[in-house]
Amino acid sequence: MDINLVYMVLFLAGIIGFAALNAAYLVWVERKGAARIQRRTGPSEVGFAGLLQPLADGAKLMSKQILFPDGIDKPLFMLAPMFAMIPAVMILVTIPFGPVGFGPFADFMLVAREMNIGLLMIFAFASVNVMALLLGGWSSKNKYAVISAARAVSQDIAYEIPMILIAITIVMTTGSMHLSTIVESQAGGFWNWNWLPLQGNLFGPVTFIIFFICSLAETNRAPFDLGEAESELIAGFHTEYSSMGFGLFFMGEYANIVIGAALTTILFLGGWLSPLPASIPFIGAPSVVWFLLKMYLLIWTVVLIRWTYPRVTLWSLLNLAWKIMIPFALVNLLGSAALIKILPMLGL
Amino acid sequence: MSSQALSQNQEVFELNLGPQHPATHGVLRVKLVMDGEYVVDAEPVLGYIHRMHELMGENRTWAQYLPNMGRLDYLSALSYNLGYVELVEKMMGIEVPERAEYIRVLTTELNRISSHLLWFGAFVLDLGGFTPLLYAFDDREQILDLLESVTGSRLTYCYYRFGGLYNDVDDDFLTGCTQFLKRLRSRMPMYHDLVTGNVILRQRLVDVGPISAEMCRRYGATGPVLRGSGVNYDVRKNEPYSIYPELDFDVPVYNECDSMARYMVRMDEIEQSMRIIEQCIAQMPQGDIMAPKVPKMIKPEVGDYYHAVEAARGTFGIRTVSDGKNQAYRMKLRAPTFCNLSLFQEASKGMLLADALAFMGSLDLVIPEIDR
Amino acid sequence: MAGYFKSILTGTKSLVTGLKITQAEFFRKPITLQYPHEVLVMTPRYRGHIQLVKNPETGTHQCISCGLCQKGCPSGCITVRGEKREGVKGKVLVQYDLDFTTCSLCGQCIENCKPGAIEFSLEYNLASTRKEDFHYDLLARLEEQK
Ligand code: SF4
Ligand code: SF4
Repeated sequence: MDINLVYMVLFLAGIIGFAALNAAYLVWVERKGAARIQRRTGPSEVGFAGLLQPLADGAKLMSKQILFPDGIDKPLFMLAPMFAMIPAVMILVTIPFGPVGFGPFADFMLVAREMNIGLLMIFAFASVNVMALLLGGWSSKNKYAVISAARAVSQDIAYEIPMILIAITIVMTTGSMHLSTIVESQAGGFWNWNWLPLQGNLFGPVTFIIFFICSLAETNRAPFDLGEAESELIAGFHTEYSSMGFGLFFMGEYANIVIGAALTTILFLGGWLSPLPASIPFIGAPSVVWFLLKMYLLIWTVVLIRWTYPRVTLWSLLNLAWKIMIPFALVNLLGSAALIKILPMLGL
Repeated sequence: MSSQALSQNQEVFELNLGPQHPATHGVLRVKLVMDGEYVVDAEPVLGYIHRMHELMGENRTWAQYLPNMGRLDYLSALSYNLGYVELVEKMMGIEVPERAEYIRVLTTELNRISSHLLWFGAFVLDLGGFTPLLYAFDDREQILDLLESVTGSRLTYCYYRFGGLYNDVDDDFLTGCTQFLKRLRSRMPMYHDLVTGNVILRQRLVDVGPISAEMCRRYGATGPVLRGSGVNYDVRKNEPYSIYPELDFDVPVYNECDSMARYMVRMDEIEQSMRIIEQCIAQMPQGDIMAPKVPKMIKPEVGDYYHAVEAARGTFGIRTVSDGKNQAYRMKLRAPTFCNLSLFQEASKGMLLADALAFMGSLDLVIPEIDR
Repeated sequence: MAGYFKSILTGTKSLVTGLKITQAEFFRKPITLQYPHEVLVMTPRYRGHIQLVKNPETGTHQCISCGLCQKGCPSGCITVRGEKREGVKGKVLVQYDLDFTTCSLCGQCIENCKPGAIEFSLEYNLASTRKEDFHYDLLARLEEQK
């Protein structure tokens, strides 16, 4: 048999496991983190420090009855949660987590299937995610859900634009859509990473922040959780979902957070590269550990943000996108393009 | 969206907000007519928790009606206690000892702070921020502990009596109050940094839900809602009762008329209440806590009586008609949030749903008090 | 234009301040009580349901069955019954029932009681799915406490 196929299947299973595990334990991190931020204890009864709580929750969710409210569009209603989860898994397939970094497999790359148009593929699938919210909201025949779906769509569209504009800048400066190439081009210490303008990305740190905010908005996380604005729309598009239908939406949400953080890590924070030059032994070696470290740091910021800010309204959300982020991203794109042209002329 | 609305191609739809909805904090129902995200009409529907408090007042003796006062606005129950006992004292001409007056004001103001703190947390929760709620509860818990140590209850107090108090306070309570004030003083800047200054919050509150002074007058809105519209009216200053005239405090007034103004009024009132409490502790006289001669049977002269106090949410007035018996002939409670809510319908027209809910939060509604 | 950038700057600053506060709180100790594992001691003035005071000298209650508590109670949750007995002055208490479901813990019964025969208990761990569980026989309760 083709060794590549075995490799693929193994990795696919690994990726799905990774997504599920992350979803489960990010919930734990979120609950525990929120509790500590609010000076509470959080889950503490199931297992040590509540570590088994996600499993208990999962078992509970699965054993619940699936409710179909009267008059729903049943096929779409059942399809929507899958649309929430499948794109997330598809995207995770293309994400390179980096070489193992130590031991006998030091150079073994942890990636299911890298493509030379990886970045494009990610954005393509990320757009599918909107469909889940739209279908879920539309098919469940609930006014709150419909409002929520409409909000989610306009929000996702508004934030995809600055996100892609910034991604284009990165593609321009590195000259590739291949995620590994983008990472490798940032080699040589943290000052070479894309979040600083050294690589030709004119407003480096600003673009990093904008991209991060966009990834928040894309994943419908607070303070941009208009879609499931609890105090306004009950639970938004998944108001009518129960059991694993809800569970899939939930897992999809957390998988998307992982993706957002992973992508930000790859594009701006040098992926699996060490912040120090590779010439320094051990610490300087690229490794998947670095990748996970950066990714989880970003995820923690996401959690912290959720438990700090109030929710924005639809208008201020769109204002932020159209009046602040898109102009910045555009100027940055043009400026970086000019920089790329001018720098060689000056002989730099 | 109902299929009917779709087939007739109507542009508006009805949305039933409540009676079980996270933003209404209780069983208020608002029938919204919506055009997309915009509110076309909002009709509050009341009565889900109506308990006939007014009728109860006409069926039991004056003293037996006391516990009802803790169950109108359960978040600032002591103001209501105070209003009622002062009314009866006025009718019967009972003189209350100084010490009792000071303790009454002190506990009422503590209760006002706790009520405002809870509002603060719940309001930010309405806006989607969870954490400030828990911080505010932390502080509020200290107040509840203090009040529990003198009144015995945490929420539905029944502490004041005609002519005085149920029991005296001790020095532990007073030092506890001083410590609490110190703690809250150090916490206020944190609240302002975390919430007041937050750009997202400001965007949600500034210029949202403007209500003019004229509109407040028309609907009889009082309390922080009125003071956020630039009208300097506070029963404690305008129709002074108890020992308020002897105390030095300001009435915060903001002219912006928006939700932010109402927010700021309440935050400033917390500071002012702290000042009042400090003065009460400093000036607390020794002496009795019960008037020497309180008639066993309360039978007021025939007549029509009214007394108002400043509760945390506005003017709480009681009008009562006595026919000389040991029960009231007529009992009418003027609850502040009932009037404050009534302007919601007019003011929320054309607002975004999210803004309308923020606006509703800024009115500080307590449903059991609206329904009574 | 300057205002545009200034508002972005101040806005960002306020957001960062917020994050700093919550992150700092994260490292502080929780303040909540893990209820079934730790329990609070109620303050002496806590108002639980009423109970008959035990007189340490006689080992029994001091109620004279005057019925004033019953009369003054706004919610009518007290039922007192006394009996005339041979050789005993006054009445002997034979029944003291409290319907706690309607009690508002106002304290008027206690104030009405001349001999000080009733007081608030410190009982707060009360929960049940049956109404009848809150119909207390205070005399029997007093017996149990002996
Ligand atoms: S506390 Fe009040 S309501 Fe309860 S039994 Fe005594 S008098 Fe009745
Ligand atoms: S008022 Fe006191 S003495 Fe009289 S019946 Fe009640 S408990 Fe007994």
